[in-house]
Amino acid sequence: MGYYLKKVFLIAAKDLRIEFRSKEKIYSMMLFSLLVMVIFNFAFEPGAEYIKDVAPGILWVAFIFAASLGLSRSFVLEKEEDCMQGLMLSPLDRSGIYLGKLIGNFIFTLAIELISLPFFAIFFNLSLTSSLPPLMIVIVLATFGFITVGTLFSALSVGIRGGDMILPLLLFPMQVPVIISAVKSTGLIMAGSGMDTYSQWLKLLVAFDIIFFVASFVIFEYLIEE
Amino acid sequence: MKEKIKTILPYVDLPLIILALYMVFIYAPTDSYMGDIQRIFYFHVSFAWVGFLSFFFNFIGSIMYLIKKERCWDILAVSAAEIGIAFCLIVLTTGPIWARPVWGAWWTWDPRLVTFLILTFMYAAYMTVRNAIEEETKRARFAAVIGIIAFLNVPLTYLASHLWRTIHPDVIRPGGGKWGLDPAMTAALRITIPAVTLLFVILLLRRMDLEGMRDRVAELKKKIMKEA
Repeated sequence: MGYYLKKVFLIAAKDLRIEFRSKEKIYSMMLFSLLVMVIFNFAFEPGAEYIKDVAPGILWVAFIFAASLGLSRSFVLEKEEDCMQGLMLSPLDRSGIYLGKLIGNFIFTLAIELISLPFFAIFFNLSLTSSLPPLMIVIVLATFGFITVGTLFSALSVGIRGGDMILPLLLFPMQVPVIISAVKSTGLIMAGSGMDTYSQWLKLLVAFDIIFFVASFVIFEYLIEE
Repeated sequence: MKEKIKTILPYVDLPLIILALYMVFIYAPTDSYMGDIQRIFYFHVSFAWVGFLSFFFNFIGSIMYLIKKERCWDILAVSAAEIGIAFCLIVLTTGPIWARPVWGAWWTWDPRLVTFLILTFMYAAYMTVRNAIEEETKRARFAAVIGIIAFLNVPLTYLASHLWRTIHPDVIRPGGGKWGLDPAMTAALRITIPAVTLLFVILLLRRMDLEGMRDRVAELKKKIMKEA
């Protein structure tokens, strides 16, 4: 078991090292999420009171769009130079490849989100300091949910012609429960409501995370057998 | 035997559909509040039920394909998904036609509406993926993965949109939740649902045959190409 996990972390570490060294994906995802926030701002009256009501939605649209941009590249590196063959030949279960990729994507996306969060607070004049701990829980749970299915579909889409066009078509409808839960709980947290008002959303996120983590973990090996 | 059933089924369903039409348009009383537009309900509900059923068939076909790797399960999955999308589109068309005069809006973000819309989107993506892959076993494998994941998402989507609505103020409500149907209306629904379900079975069997024929054509083509 320890041996298995060590290998899994090796794959995750490899992915993270590539991304943090090339910085290509970090910049584009960062800029992209900032741009979404800025562009959405133009849809509303400047300084309007209701901006506080729509802000959570904008935050999550920015996160989800940036994350799906990152996911579409997740397996592209493995496809070039036939790295996938190498991974498949390594003495590791197929599910281990999924797990490694999942951890890599998760940490990477989380990092991007945490860097964008202060910008979000500045652009929308929100003070997030008091609500940060519960907000972090929501961000972690929702991002994990997004990445579980995202990693699976990312592996699927590199195997298809025009896959990067298809990935969002697969991913966005799948993420409706995550998006609704994340937006609603973020709104309640930012309004200063107590835990009991949004605990049902957290439960839903946990349920989504568990169901799709297990399902993707089991199914992944069928995707890459060639 | 199997062929015989396939030939007989349409002749069983035809009178059933005619009976259903009679029940819906003549036998069932006109709704005192909604008027004649309420009659759309019988077919709307039946198609919704069968649309959902077909995605369940797709789910079963997908799981069985990954376990057994037999072409027949993939044929079941794709046939069910295709019919499911068609039926869902009927649901999403008849719904707004009814909703406009009754609710005063073409569309509301009611949990059932959201779930059906998302369902249709997911299976549309499923068909897009199928069309993008040429290699047969790979297509079946990838499609099966999506079929399983998409179906698992249905209850969560429903739950999420349900919670979302109950927290939001309800602007428009459909007749207070429970319908309280007239017995004659219930009777009409009891005929319409089997009629439409049988229609689904007929279409499914035909569609599966068609897929089998396509395989046969592809096989023959290959054979001829080899000989030439």
